[in-house]
Amino acid sequence: TAVRFVNKKCYIRARFVYIYLSFCLTDYFSQGKNDSEDSGLRFATCQLLWKQINSETEKIQEELNKQLFDNLIHFLRQSHSELQTKKTEWMCRMKSSEIPTAALVLGVNVTDHDMTFKSLSEVLQDNVTPYVVSLQAKECPGIKHLLQKLMGQLMDCNVDVDSSEEEECVNISQKKIRCSMASLSKWYESVTKKTDSETPSKKRTSSSRHWQSPPIVVIFKDMESFTTKVLQDFIVISSQHIREFPLVLIFGIATSPMIIHRLLPHSVSSLLCIELFQSLSCKEHLATVIDKLLLTTQFPFKLSEKVLQVLINIFLYHDFSVQNFIKGFQLSIVEHFYSQPLSVLCCQLLEAKKRVNSLSHNQCENIRSLPSFRRYVESQVSEKQIALLTEDSFLKEVTQTLLEDLHIYHENYFTVLRCLHVFTTSLPKYPLGKQIRELHCACLGKSVWETEEYESAIQLLRMLAKDELVAILQKCAEIFISSSGKQFSNTVEKLEEFLARFQNLEGEHFSVGFRSVPSVEELSSSYIPCCSFRSYLAPAEMQTLNEVVYFNTANTLREHLNAAPRIALHTALNNPYCYLKNQTLKSDVGCISNTAPDICIVYKLHLECGRLINLVDWLEAFSTVVTAVEGTDPDAVATDQVDEIIHARFIRAVSELELLGFIKPSKQKTDHVARLTWGGC
Amino acid sequence: MPNFEHPEYPEATLLHLESMVPCRESQVSSLLSIFGERQHFSFPSIFIYGHTSCGKTYVMQTLLETLELPHVFVNCVECFTSRLLLEEILTQLQSLSSEKKHGSHVPCDTFNDFVRLFKQEIITQDLQNQTVYIVLDKAEQLREMEANVLPGFLRLQEMTDRNVTVIFLSEIVWELFRPNTGCLEPFTLYFSDYSIGNLQKILSHYHPPEYSADFYAAYINILLGVFYTVCRDLKELRHLAALNFTKYCEPVVRGEANERDTRRLWKNIESHLKKAMQTVYLREISSSQWERIQKDDGEPGHLKGLSAHAHVELPYYSKFLLIAAYLASYNPARTDKRFFLKHHGKIKKTNFLKKHEKTSNHLLGPKPFPLDRLLAILYSIVDNKVAPTANIFSQITSLVTLQLLTLVGHDDQLDGPKYKCTVSLDFIRAIAR
Repeated sequence: TAVRFVNKKCYIRARFVYIYLSFCLTDYFSQGKNDSEDSGLRFATCQLLWKQINSETEKIQEELNKQLFDNLIHFLRQSHSELQTKKTEWMCRMKSSEIPTAALVLGVNVTDHDMTFKSLSEVLQDNVTPYVVSLQAKECPGIKHLLQKLMGQLMDCNVDVDSSEEEECVNISQKKIRCSMASLSKWYESVTKKTDSETPSKKRTSSSRHWQSPPIVVIFKDMESFTTKVLQDFIVISSQHIREFPLVLIFGIATSPMIIHRLLPHSVSSLLCIELFQSLSCKEHLATVIDKLLLTTQFPFKLSEKVLQVLINIFLYHDFSVQNFIKGFQLSIVEHFYSQPLSVLCCQLLEAKKRVNSLSHNQCENIRSLPSFRRYVESQVSEKQIALLTEDSFLKEVTQTLLEDLHIYHENYFTVLRCLHVFTTSLPKYPLGKQIRELHCACLGKSVWETEEYESAIQLLRMLAKDELVAILQKCAEIFISSSGKQFSNTVEKLEEFLARFQNLEGEHFSVGFRSVPSVEELSSSYIPCCSFRSYLAPAEMQTLNEVVYFNTANTLREHLNAAPRIALHTALNNPYCYLKNQTLKSDVGCISNTAPDICIVYKLHLECGRLINLVDWLEAFSTVVTAVEGTDPDAVATDQVDEIIHARFIRAVSELELLGFIKPSKQKTDHVARLTWGGC
Repeated sequence: MPNFEHPEYPEATLLHLESMVPCRESQVSSLLSIFGERQHFSFPSIFIYGHTSCGKTYVMQTLLETLELPHVFVNCVECFTSRLLLEEILTQLQSLSSEKKHGSHVPCDTFNDFVRLFKQEIITQDLQNQTVYIVLDKAEQLREMEANVLPGFLRLQEMTDRNVTVIFLSEIVWELFRPNTGCLEPFTLYFSDYSIGNLQKILSHYHPPEYSADFYAAYINILLGVFYTVCRDLKELRHLAALNFTKYCEPVVRGEANERDTRRLWKNIESHLKKAMQTVYLREISSSQWERIQKDDGEPGHLKGLSAHAHVELPYYSKFLLIAAYLASYNPARTDKRFFLKHHGKIKKTNFLKKHEKTSNHLLGPKPFPLDRLLAILYSIVDNKVAPTANIFSQITSLVTLQLLTLVGHDDQLDGPKYKCTVSLDFIRAIAR
């Protein structure tokens, strides 16, 4: 069975999210729950939030790719101009005309590439040339298909440039049958001539966006999967026509540029003029995404430590895909708003305060049952306890202040976290992690100052040289100043005063050498801000009402995102009760119940066999199990003859198992089948 | 006194032809005598072969163009189906004598049609009294087309009953072409490789107008000294010569040396050329980048070639999967128990390796292994427990699409797919670090 999942290139995860979202577009939220829990409002809030987050991620993506795209455009411009204005006539004649090629190394996160290529071709179409073609290996098994695809896309984009001249385009598409390079160059000639002869007003509009004779850019999205033959033929053919139309190739490479040499022999690669471009590493991309989406008060929704850990683990262990990370984030938003009735308060502070006032009694009860709120109640004096538990209006008032506290906590938390991160990144071996996400996870989970890593970090911090320390403290001061929290003005003052003292000290003890100068007392005073961090970095779980904004059911997320098909199948067949929820199916482990579906019985029996299974023995065992409890008639069992119906049931169950890929017919012995799963070998 | 003698053509044309084809005089003169006079019937087919860039295409083209013989020149790589090829020939034939540059498109599906249309065309073009030449460049592609195409072209003269000669240009010998059903043997002609002297002569032939021929010849001499051992491709050498010539001229331009100061010039250029051999020639860095470096007079050191970016970053489990695949590919399955099980039985050391296994497994190349074995090794080399999730399986597939693993053999994936690991030991070492 596992095998099936391998070759079916699993998009299980994406599908889950998709199914989830299509549900949520319907009245999924209000199903089964009455509207006293604001399901409609929750749905609206959820959609709004996701819209904001989505646009933010797109913005991040755009910014990150900007550098790369600028470089590429520069390259295109240069290669193009070089083709036109050669320095000397002699040089031009002597040099073989190579096809300018950009090798675009994008990293192994193939799922993210589509996004990148999409925005790349958009950028190119906006700034450079209307003639951008992107090809995928699976569309081009032969050179013929490749050229067909290429010309098809080119003719289309011609339509989209001048929609007024549709008639001629129709003519061209009728002639499409002859898809050779010659007709392509003829086409290019006609197209460029056409734009030249256009009316001046029209020409201006087109030339403002594109260059005079725009290059044809061909993007090979997945270089690795193209067959050598197709690539070689294409390059050889197009290199003969390079003087007729400016062609530029872009190779999308997932592994390393060495693949070019592996795919193309020297005689072919010598026809190319390859330049290398490298995209931002996916880890940096993730760091930016986390920084902009999670470590900010801009969005009210937060992830708890475990959930974040699940998402990060999937990223680091499995796919390196930022898209999938964002999809997982989206799933947790949906899940949170769906499962937590109080998530209606998970919005901007002012709006949340308004919403508190209109909460129903049911919702108030929900608040009272929150563990964090119960802790809060217990810490209050008894009159207040009673008031909180009985009066809805008083509860709402308190809730408002608590929400405000939570908001302030977040503001402070992120500022202080960034400061602490400045400290920890300068340490050797990074005891608290190099990335801010690791530090964030550590702080979310438990009181970070109680951990051993924190201790060792402090130890190392004491040994820092003075100039390093000063640099760090300056950075901290900057962070404090740029943060919006008012509580830190005091800290900043202290910090600056301290820095000033430090500078003076340097002047006085100039000759003593810096190691001894920042004596222990000085250093310890530098930790004053550090110590006061503690109250700000308290784990989120300790905060009252944290359940409103934190999503913490990591298990659900893991089930959806990191599905284990083999295990699920095994559970279904081994313990059908787990899915069918039929009381009669409840049975002890190890014994085979005859009430279970036939396929389960057959499956359990086959688990006890070796690699080859004798069908006759299997059938006998099956009929014994099936008739065992029904078997009030001992005579029937005694006869060797197996009931025809049982025989048919057995055959059907076995073929079902074969369909699921557990067994296959064996050629070694005629009446045997071979096991395909574990334990068989 | 020209080398070529032919009553048909004026002496001036022949002299001009001779100057155009240096070092190929003997081949050209034999071709001339085969062709005979314009109205003569020639060989039905001529097969010309020789190594890459030894002037086959160039000689053919110059010959036919200078003597103004009616001809059609087709590249078989470009016309990748027989239909495209035949149509291309007919289209070019149309435009032979007529004014317009591109003939109209003639639909032609089969060879039979081709013969009919060809006959018609010859008459309309009024070419009955001359030999028409059809040159098929990169003729090795013909072998991949329909079985009747190659024999058809060989007998074109006979079938059309017209004065036509088909010339095949190829890099491989005729023996590899010969169809097993009977065919008309073509006249074969071999173009030998250019010797170093020939290369020198041809390369210095086209010297830049600003400099004297001697100066350029000295440069070519140095260039050949460096590159002749690795590259005899004329095109490539010419390209390299053009790329590096500005650097060679530098001392002269700055006035530090005159054109005859060969020794100084040599000192200036030699290390530069060697660097070029390691970089530009292998296409490690592109020629435009190379030119930019020359212009800025910078060291190419800071610009890393393509091979310098060999490292591939992989997700955690992908790394382990790849390592497991490598182990499975290069270790015999019998040894798995010994390497990956905690309590394996004792194995006698003497008989442990069978005789044929004593040769290094790396020399034998990777062996296929089933999926189950890969997973078993994965479970034993990863420290913590790995659940067989969909993610793990999809990672295997993505490793296959990245060409780090390859799927071996049959398409029926249900009964146990087999894989091979295609990466090198160095790659695995880099990953395992």
